[in-house]
Amino acid sequence: MDVPVPGQLVLPIGQHVGDPAQPIVGIGEYVLKGQLIAEVHGTLGAPVHASSSGKVVSIEPWPVARRFGEPAPCIVIECDGKDRPVELAEIAPAFDELPPDVLLQKILHGGIVGLGGAVFPTAQKLMQATTCDLDYLLLNGVECEPYISCDDVLMRERAAEVLGGAQILMHALSIDQCYIVVESDKPEALHRLAEVMAELDDERLVLKLVPTIYPSGGEDQLVQLVTNLEVPSAGLPTDIGCLVQNVGTAAAIYDWIHDQEPLISRVTTITGNGVAAPMNVRARIGTTVADVVNFVGGYTEHASQLIMGGPMTGKSVNTDRVPLVKATNCVLIMSETPSPGPEIACIRCGECAAVCPVQLLPQQLFWYACADDEKSLRSYGLTDCIECGCCDLVCPSHIPLTADFRKAKGRIRELADEKARAVRARQRFEARNERLERDKRQREQELARQKKHAKAAGPAAIAEILKRKQQQKEDED
Amino acid sequence: MKFVRHEAPYVAPVADVASMMRQVLFALVPAGLVHVWYFGPGFIFNLIVASIFCIAGEVIMMRIRGRSPAKALSDYSALVTAALLAFALPSLTPWWVTATGALFGIVVAKHLYGGLGFNVFNPAMAGYVVILVAFPMYLNVWVAPRMGDIDYQYLSFLQTLGYTLTGTLPDSATIDAISRATPLDAMKSGLNNMRTIAEIRALPLMGDFGGRGWEWIGNLTAVGGFWLLIRKIIRWHIPVGVGIGLLLPATIMYLVGPDSNPGPTFHLFGGATILCAFFIATDPVSAATSPKGRLIYGIGIGILIYAIRRWGAYADGVAFAVLLMNMAVPAIDYLTRPHIVGHDEQGQQP
Repeated sequence: MDVPVPGQLVLPIGQHVGDPAQPIVGIGEYVLKGQLIAEVHGTLGAPVHASSSGKVVSIEPWPVARRFGEPAPCIVIECDGKDRPVELAEIAPAFDELPPDVLLQKILHGGIVGLGGAVFPTAQKLMQATTCDLDYLLLNGVECEPYISCDDVLMRERAAEVLGGAQILMHALSIDQCYIVVESDKPEALHRLAEVMAELDDERLVLKLVPTIYPSGGEDQLVQLVTNLEVPSAGLPTDIGCLVQNVGTAAAIYDWIHDQEPLISRVTTITGNGVAAPMNVRARIGTTVADVVNFVGGYTEHASQLIMGGPMTGKSVNTDRVPLVKATNCVLIMSETPSPGPEIACIRCGECAAVCPVQLLPQQLFWYACADDEKSLRSYGLTDCIECGCCDLVCPSHIPLTADFRKAKGRIRELADEKARAVRARQRFEARNERLERDKRQREQELARQKKHAKAAGPAAIAEILKRKQQQKEDED
Repeated sequence: MKFVRHEAPYVAPVADVASMMRQVLFALVPAGLVHVWYFGPGFIFNLIVASIFCIAGEVIMMRIRGRSPAKALSDYSALVTAALLAFALPSLTPWWVTATGALFGIVVAKHLYGGLGFNVFNPAMAGYVVILVAFPMYLNVWVAPRMGDIDYQYLSFLQTLGYTLTGTLPDSATIDAISRATPLDAMKSGLNNMRTIAEIRALPLMGDFGGRGWEWIGNLTAVGGFWLLIRKIIRWHIPVGVGIGLLLPATIMYLVGPDSNPGPTFHLFGGATILCAFFIATDPVSAATSPKGRLIYGIGIGILIYAIRRWGAYADGVAFAVLLMNMAVPAIDYLTRPHIVGHDEQGQQP
């Protein structure tokens, strides 16, 4: 179901990993649907396009779905409801006629980011991937979290665009094998994909069924599930020859390359017992949650939590003024989480370790996090934690492990920053000392040279100098 | 509209320590009933005394530590300690003996180490060993199991209660008249007296596999244990480990010398093997944590039980075996850390 054009669009300029985009429209300016309104600024980023036509009324801080919920700069557009698109170039060239580097440059301008939730700028991810030896493209059709079904709906309704996007990606990166990974409990999506694959008759495309076990949709987890290879710690799937793209991202690439439509809308799951009619909708980026919920029939009396994302890793926000952004795969509105009872000491039951997808020992990490033992935290792999929240769920002592790990990670980062700052300060200090030392040596050498020169020249030269000085003095007088 | 904010995840935990401990207690009920059937009401008295003193110890220590006693009691762990101690003691045990074990277990082994979650040693086994050291004579008084063909004097409900409260028997009874050697004791002394296994196994107190009555307590304990496994309160690694560690040497020794070594089934159904495998060694706080570590921990306990029974001075060795392996837990945990996904073979980030 498509959400109609809202009265107002709120477009954050930082909807992706990296530097926020730079607004290029002024207040009062009339913009068209698909028009570039903020361009890439910095080394890592993605542009932002207007999702509908209307007038830019302000560029101001606005509440967005961030962890601490502080407002972020947004471009606010008052829509005129006409949805007038920008004029397109006559016809887009077929993607396979474009050389890969031109294709990648083109993708960069589509504002496309990873739609699985990580929102890494896709073009930059692909450019990094060109430096690697790639064996597989993995199209991630595994839902990120329970409750979310936007990828399922997308695969059902837009299987052709998803697979078209896969073909573009394979062409751009010269990959010969693509696995489309889908959970086995999505028969309709599988059926549609299989139909389209039969039409395409492209033997590079292969469907891969995986069981529905959270968190298989994580990039590294998916790679391990499909290829049985482990992504190196602190590395990327491309290090072991795999490029992972969300199915939504693939469809967005197809829309941009084939139909010249930048990323201005996405499929989002609106769910939870706090909404009257939970459903998947296709909404323009920038539509506020209030407008979307209004479209699906409003709130129920259970609506007391608003979570942007899923129930395991989503971000809790306090107002429905927040806009849907490129990252928003789910809006979960539900009743208050029942209190599990007080947190007590860890009884070392080991259930957390049994469910950890990275095979960490959360109970050990918890000890070290309490003790602020940075060295042990590192050697027990804190930085490998993907914050999936599984350990929280099984902990009989009700310890908020994931939240504790997030904090511990923050402290480790702080410590690393501090160390880096200290190293820089020391380097500056040493460089300064060296410079002062060098200057001193040079001065001494110069002095010695002059002395020697004077000595060699003898008394005549001294008399000459004295005379010159005298002369100078007289001239001054 | 305004909403409340929380930290992810937003799903309530599915497990609960109090519920785990309660289920452990439920799982012990069938074995407890059979225990009462064979050995009389003494088990109930022991359970009551142990519970009172475990709870008292918990309340006093929490008060001293400036924490809420209600919070500690609501996790039921003190009652689990009391129940395990009651199972370890003979049905005829004077109250001060039980109380000593219960208080030592809770006060010293549990709270002086920091309370639930921080105790290095299994509190019930620490309490039992203190009794073994302080009151060895009381642990020898095991009444014979209730069997029609065993000729011995039964104590009534009130006489049992009287012994529990005063430590003295009615004038009409003597220790020798009411007590019998446990199957493990009989095996040990029989072997020491150069009798063959066949002769010892022919004694009336021996059953099909272990001791009569005893083996039924074992069966019902195992039923409770399997229930815990199905409920996922415990995992299979420790019980299987204990089984392997005990039965492997027992089988080898039996095959080498069947006249002087009882068979593996005797070890399995004798003494506290099954209780240990499912209920004592599986105490998560004092056990190893990783699956591999737990298997090793269980095997270690099994081997030690066998070694103590076969070559040691005590008839059974569960308590010592568990406490010794408790000491090895930090090393086991360190050496059996699982491979972290994405790390190389040395466990380093590449």
